[in-house]
Amino acid sequence: MDMAVSDQKQAGNAAHNSNDGVDRPLAIEARGLVKRFDGTLAVDGVDISVPQGAIYGILGPNGAGKTTTLRMLLGIIDPDEGIRRVFGHDRPHDIARLIGYLPEERGLYPSMKAIEAIAFMGALRGLTLPEGRKRGLELLERHDLAHAADRQIRQLSKGMAQTVQLLGTLIHRPKLVVLDEPFSGLDAINQGKLERMIRTLADEGTTVIFSTHVIHHAERLCEGVAIIAGGKVPYAGSVEAARDRIPAQVRLETRAREGAWLAALPQDARREGDFFMFSLPETGVEPLLRQLIEGDAGILSLSIERAGLHDAFVHIAGEAAARQLEADSQMEGGQ
Amino acid sequence: MSIDMSEKARLSNLQAALVVARRDFVAILFSRSFLFFLLGPLFPAVVFAMSGGLGAAANQNAPDVRIALQMPSKDMASLMDAHTRLENELGRGGVPHFYLFDPAEGHDPIDPEALIADKSGIYGAVLTGTLDNPVLTGTSDKLRAWSGQVTMHLALARTGADVSYPALATSLVTSSGATVKDQRRDTAQISMTLLFLLMMLLAGMVLSNLVEEKANKIIEILAAALPMEAVFLGKLFAMLAVSLVGVGVWFSLIGLVILSGSDFGGVKQTLIGMPDPGVGWPLFSILFVVNFSMGYLLIGSIFLAIGALASTVREVQTLSMPVTMLQLFIFFFASFTLIDGAPLLEMLAILFPLSSPFAMTARAAQSEELWPILLAIGYQAMWVAIFIKMGSTLFRKRVMKSGGGGHNPNKRRWFGLRRAAS
Repeated sequence: MDMAVSDQKQAGNAAHNSNDGVDRPLAIEARGLVKRFDGTLAVDGVDISVPQGAIYGILGPNGAGKTTTLRMLLGIIDPDEGIRRVFGHDRPHDIARLIGYLPEERGLYPSMKAIEAIAFMGALRGLTLPEGRKRGLELLERHDLAHAADRQIRQLSKGMAQTVQLLGTLIHRPKLVVLDEPFSGLDAINQGKLERMIRTLADEGTTVIFSTHVIHHAERLCEGVAIIAGGKVPYAGSVEAARDRIPAQVRLETRAREGAWLAALPQDARREGDFFMFSLPETGVEPLLRQLIEGDAGILSLSIERAGLHDAFVHIAGEAAARQLEADSQMEGGQ
Repeated sequence: MSIDMSEKARLSNLQAALVVARRDFVAILFSRSFLFFLLGPLFPAVVFAMSGGLGAAANQNAPDVRIALQMPSKDMASLMDAHTRLENELGRGGVPHFYLFDPAEGHDPIDPEALIADKSGIYGAVLTGTLDNPVLTGTSDKLRAWSGQVTMHLALARTGADVSYPALATSLVTSSGATVKDQRRDTAQISMTLLFLLMMLLAGMVLSNLVEEKANKIIEILAAALPMEAVFLGKLFAMLAVSLVGVGVWFSLIGLVILSGSDFGGVKQTLIGMPDPGVGWPLFSILFVVNFSMGYLLIGSIFLAIGALASTVREVQTLSMPVTMLQLFIFFFASFTLIDGAPLLEMLAILFPLSSPFAMTARAAQSEELWPILLAIGYQAMWVAIFIKMGSTLFRKRVMKSGGGGHNPNKRRWFGLRRAAS
């Protein structure tokens, strides 16, 4: 957990101590969120802190509790236990104008024109319809969709309809954007576009929180992640810290196969083909290098590989969750 | 970095409801299905009007049912003389008509049973015998209806006296307490029935409303942006507004038809014949609209919650039957308001929120007191709020209970009432 809060009053004014050492106020804070459905524990004590301006990922396999967690954070459903605060507010609907939400199940009124759909979504967040239409047209032009403004949603391609919905999510210029599986169903080009859009939002100071079961998206975009599996969050914090939980791995290739220098290798060293793999020693690699040279090992190559988020996920959430995550990703890719 | 909270960060519940209501209202009003919906009740109305006209024409052409008469000629002459005198006093409709089988004119003796069995159906009964020993043959209902009058004819024919009838002075009063009470009860009954029919026609629309939202997967966007109570209220407002447009169109069309001179299957005569309700027509009309609105909001909020729990149109159709039965029950329960001497049942009908608008419509027709009606409207508004709150809570608990589960095709999506949660 990246911060501890003793009571609700403190929670309202909580701040996040980020890697750059600057205290940033929290956009989202959840403590001990629990949700049961008909006795089934869907979410079990989730703690999350998302600093303002961050890109934050909720990473976990399907059925882990991501959507339920997001719905609780947004006030669509209430937690059975725990507290949630969005910009310090207990009731997210009180600050609906500051929030944009793209649910996983995309949906728009099929008979509505694209521009009207965007304006309507703005109206739900407090924009007037004329203002929504004006902004909507600007957004559509910026995304090369101006020609689709007066077309009904049912006449648009799936990708265009998804873009229209995303623009509707952003039309009121929210300070917090919540995206539930935003990359789901998008082709590689549109995934790239969406990644750029998320980065732009964050550059403009908007907090973006999204759920995903694809590690690469989280790794590429996120400053912080919450790893969720079986309704629990075993890790919530920066991506860097998650990766640092696993020591860097050293990959060594030598000309000699045997020799006294073998004794200098760390105890966890294992042979993988032509390579030796072992954790980076606490003392660093220099003393080992000296011993290898003196032992005439004949170093062909040596690289230090930092653990990725995938390794961190396996380490934190376990093999089973990682396998499920991978299966979900493959299923997604196969569609 | 800090967020400026100075600007108003949310819509009020009423504003939020109006955003939803406006969208729904426009979407429904300009849909093709609404046109069919508008035209729907006109088809039975036209059939009703046409059948009324045909019925009237058929009645016009139908032969009078008569009593076949065969007696000795002298007796028959005396009887017909009595008939003329009675007809003068009672009017043509007040006496039975006779078809004469006079032996003097060459008619053979008649067989009463064969004559009655005749397929032409002209003869309802047959009077034979003599003035001193008359025999009336007929079915039990005809005998019951005509025995008295035939006896009166026979008595007058036998005495042969010139009975004089005294001139009866009449003093006309426009109404009596008993008449007003009876007539207002009629007004109450007609109004309640009209209210029931309108709600039956229109409430079904509410039932399927949220299914569309779920099918289009909009509902989560609405639920994230607005309190669910506001979404429900907005949808109810929209449906009410659509209903009022529908009712307005129907009544205007009927009005135009009546103004053009048609009786519209007796509707015109019925309307003209309806007595003034207790609170007077202008106020009664307003209260009728208000009671319709409250009744619609009450039953609509329940239907909306039920419809919200249904996943498919088929489920909605399955739910329609018990819902219709519920409406019927409510209507019959509210009818206790019309029964004298059942104050407890009347009070229960008023207090039961769903029957209250019906009961208060009946009361507005029968009673001149306004304050109980206004009090009841406030009471009904309170129940509308309670039902909306309960419905939205149920919706959040029962429907928004699981995620999409990514793209796993083996899992059902959001709104199936599945047990497992994401």
